[in-house]
Amino acid sequence: MDVTRLVALLLSGSILTLVIWLIREGRLREKYSLLWLCTSLIIIALAVSRRLLETVAIAVGIYYPPSLLFLLGMLFLLLVNIGFSVTLSRLTQSTHKLAQEVALLKKELEDHKKCD
Amino acid sequence: MKALVIVPAYNEEANIPFVLQDLQGFAGDVLVVDDGSKDTTAAVARRCGAPHVSHPFNLGIGGSVQTGLKHALRNGYDYAIQFDGDGQHRADQIEKIIALVEAGEADMVIGARTLPEGYKCGFARKIGSRIFSLLIKLLTGKWIADPTAGFRCYGPNALRLFSLSYPDDYPEVESIITAARHGLTVVEVPVLMRQRLSGHSSINRRKSAYYMVKVSLALIVDAMREKIAWREF
Repeated sequence: MDVTRLVALLLSGSILTLVIWLIREGRLREKYSLLWLCTSLIIIALAVSRRLLETVAIAVGIYYPPSLLFLLGMLFLLLVNIGFSVTLSRLTQSTHKLAQEVALLKKELEDHKKCD
Repeated sequence: MKALVIVPAYNEEANIPFVLQDLQGFAGDVLVVDDGSKDTTAAVARRCGAPHVSHPFNLGIGGSVQTGLKHALRNGYDYAIQFDGDGQHRADQIEKIIALVEAGEADMVIGARTLPEGYKCGFARKIGSRIFSLLIKLLTGKWIADPTAGFRCYGPNALRLFSLSYPDDYPEVESIITAARHGLTVVEVPVLMRQRLSGHSSINRRKSAYYMVKVSLALIVDAMREKIAWREF
């Protein structure tokens, strides 16, 4: 095994370890854990087998295999980021509503206390 | 009919006492919505004996007005008046904007300040305002001369619609489109204004470019959105 592959394997291995650790700690919700687990596994598969990337690249008509890697990587990150923006927007909306409810309920509570 | 005056206030401790004093002449309830102010706005409102709610953090003017509208809806008010906490609006002008709502002829009334003696504003602002008027005309077929005015009266239908959906920041223009698209009658009446007492407009030159783009985009997005079934709530 050459050094490049060893480094790639070590890197992808640590990503997988990080993801598993985050899930174990409960810091990564199940909803996202599947996405990142799959991603880590794909990265490992690509690191282990150089043939895999070459085969796929040539099959789709790309003659410089690493560029396929960059293309897919960028597309993946782009989609994940759009997904996060959607989640963020939804969360903003929820916090917004919650803040309003808190304000209104606090007033109601204070009014009740005054009556008693 | 029961009326609620909503006073959205963000860091307005200096102006609130004056605003509340001005509002004493109006026969209706007042609610100060302290939008997570960093100063003593809430304490000042309490000292003045005005009912108030406080957001745990800043939500923007739209969020504040909506909190007020939700409060109005839940407590059986028939209509609500948006009355800014910076002292620009005059309590003696409220009658003018509620008349059409009380008569059932309008769902939302805007107090326009573009008329003689009414208001002096910069050239850039005038152009921006004109662009919004044109956009509104294009999207709803209605001409609103002063679409950025924040002195408003919301009737029962507007209370229901806007408690479900109201834009966060720079809501004035967008809410006109939302109202018109959902079949509400939006009417404009001329009112007198005061020059602001203290503090600065929330919109400076740097922000106005963003304001124009954001609002224009929001108008188009709003026009594409699915309608809200507000009558069912």
